[in-house]
Amino acid sequence: MTHGSGGRAMAQLIQDLFVRHLDNDLLRQANDQAMFEVPAGRMVMSTDGHVISPLFFPGGDIGSLAIHGTINDVAMSGARPLYLAAGFILEEGFPLADLERVVASMSLAAAKAGVPVITGDTKVVEKGKGDGIFITTTGIGLVPEGVNISGDRAKPGDAILVSGTMGDHGVAIMSSRANLEFETSMESDSAALHGLVADMVAAVPEIHCLRDPTRGGLATTLNELAQQSAVGMNLREEDIPINPQVSAACELLGLDPLYVANEGKLICICEQRHAAQLLQVMRAHALGKKAAIIGEVIEERHGFVRMETSFGGSRVVDWLAGEQLPRIC
Amino acid sequence: MKYVSEFRQQSLARQLSAAIAAEVKPQRRYNLMEFCGGHTHAIFRYGVQELMPDNVSFVHGPGCPVCVLPIGRIDSAIHLLEAKDVTLVTYGDLLRVPASGRKSLLKVKAAGADVRMVYSTRDALKIARENPQRQVVFFAIGFETTTPPTAVAIRQAQAEGLENFSVFCNHVLTPAAIQNILESPEVRELGSVSIDGFFGPSHVSSVIGSQPYEFFAEEYQKPVVIAGFEPLDVMQSTLMLVRQINSGRHEVENEYTRVVTREGNVKAQNLVAEVLELRRSFEWRGLGLVPYSALKIKQRYAQFDAERRFDIPVSTARDVSGCECPAILRGAKRPTDCKLFGSVCVPENPMGSCMVSSEGACAAYWSYDRFRNPDASDNAVA
Repeated sequence: MTHGSGGRAMAQLIQDLFVRHLDNDLLRQANDQAMFEVPAGRMVMSTDGHVISPLFFPGGDIGSLAIHGTINDVAMSGARPLYLAAGFILEEGFPLADLERVVASMSLAAAKAGVPVITGDTKVVEKGKGDGIFITTTGIGLVPEGVNISGDRAKPGDAILVSGTMGDHGVAIMSSRANLEFETSMESDSAALHGLVADMVAAVPEIHCLRDPTRGGLATTLNELAQQSAVGMNLREEDIPINPQVSAACELLGLDPLYVANEGKLICICEQRHAAQLLQVMRAHALGKKAAIIGEVIEERHGFVRMETSFGGSRVVDWLAGEQLPRIC
Repeated sequence: MKYVSEFRQQSLARQLSAAIAAEVKPQRRYNLMEFCGGHTHAIFRYGVQELMPDNVSFVHGPGCPVCVLPIGRIDSAIHLLEAKDVTLVTYGDLLRVPASGRKSLLKVKAAGADVRMVYSTRDALKIARENPQRQVVFFAIGFETTTPPTAVAIRQAQAEGLENFSVFCNHVLTPAAIQNILESPEVRELGSVSIDGFFGPSHVSSVIGSQPYEFFAEEYQKPVVIAGFEPLDVMQSTLMLVRQINSGRHEVENEYTRVVTREGNVKAQNLVAEVLELRRSFEWRGLGLVPYSALKIKQRYAQFDAERRFDIPVSTARDVSGCECPAILRGAKRPTDCKLFGSVCVPENPMGSCMVSSEGACAAYWSYDRFRNPDASDNAVA
């Protein structure tokens, strides 16, 4: 690939590849911006840069991840995602076939989610100044009336739910890294969660918090929420759903699944009286079959997330400091 | 998870907890040192202390490979990276250990040095094969568990004629360290540290066997129980130690019979003996210079010895002022006794090595246990 100076080659690339795959009425306006009608009410907007190695992994690739990631960030406000924008930074020499594969995957993910990419931009940087491809996606969404979901609303007594097994994405990524090949049939859980969120919000508009435990996993995300809401949390290890393959891989690699990334799961905090109903709604959805109530919010001035271990003891579930590194012994 | 969850069963833990409580004599204390960071990690991760009677305490020993490595050795590796532009490969949690001048391998990597994490020496050899134009140095670290793979890698490199591969050898020996602790003034003379018994290492003992501990069980009259790394192993071994102490015995017992024999892995021992030999002395963080406590590469494999190939300078850097890692590694102080703990020294920004690895006592206290004593961490930045 030698495009990038804004010349004809670039125009052709955009025309051919992006429009062909991501085609929709708004994108076809072919202006530097997309114009659309604004519905009345509250909107949310979110943006996320996607860098990942390897670019293609079991259960997804950087393209589908870029669509799901931003849809999920928008949806965690309870909003219905409307539109996406995508910015690409390509490294000179990045194979066109790989780009096509990524864009086709984005197209499929966007179509399945029903959230179109309506504007975009591409830049090519010199070889050595990028890592193949970086994708930034931005999304906007509409928040239903009466829904007030925020990370600072967790209250002592609230129930903590997760929508499924923890750590699937991180383990799938690790298993496909060049220096870490191990046999597993684990696939990334990468998925757009707005359908699940819509069902949950329709059933219980009073949900306090929603967040997707991506980098840093469940442990780090719960600590963020505890800090934001100035509360503590109490978890029960045996109630946290973890796929046996993920447990085994983590055991082998010396990692803790609670710190391993997810891309298609959410954490929900709600009043105790709504927990059973929400659990039922989550389990009825394809992306929430293994949903579980894993603990509750407590009053605690230090903001500790504690856990009763399956073994019968208790401990802190702390923030992740830097990358999780395997132990030597 | 088969063969793992069996050793983490709550019902058995409760039974063992009750058995230990019934066995201990209320009028005495039981200070049990777990030498290995693996045990420290298991105790905190599963909350084992909570299942113990009040008079049973775990004293955390120096058996955390990255914790006992002196700053000078990491400084040497950083010097090598900066002066000779080599590719340095090593195991995971060594990367974060603070070196002099607020550096670490992770920080020099971020600044452009070629530092790579591997899971095994096979990966280190692979990197050397794939980069014939680069000098690839394997920063070998660890106790007897990780030593045989290093020996195998050196033999393999010789067999292949892999000329761009070498090893910066920092392997240390467990029995020498345990003996050093037992000889330390705090234990011998001052009596400020009373250690009533030892949990013997699990993985290390799978290689060296249980025999090497017989000497100091006898000489220092301390019971030793070789314990597996699962939480039920730790509890069963506690019960065995308590029984020995109560009956005045000081024997080497083996709880980890599913892996450890008296002789150990003789094949691995022979491999190590062929490639490596004792150093006259080696500096340990916390213990100082310990005679015959580490290994170096034998003359006949000298071409794979990074210390000979690159003329690595010997650096003797000092620990950060105020850092109590040395005393904590000897079991003489607890992490909460250190004034840096939780204030300037936290896992995000470790000042001392015990805060780096999850096997280190400070990191384990901080990450798993600080809710028990929250006010000690009130000044924390987190």
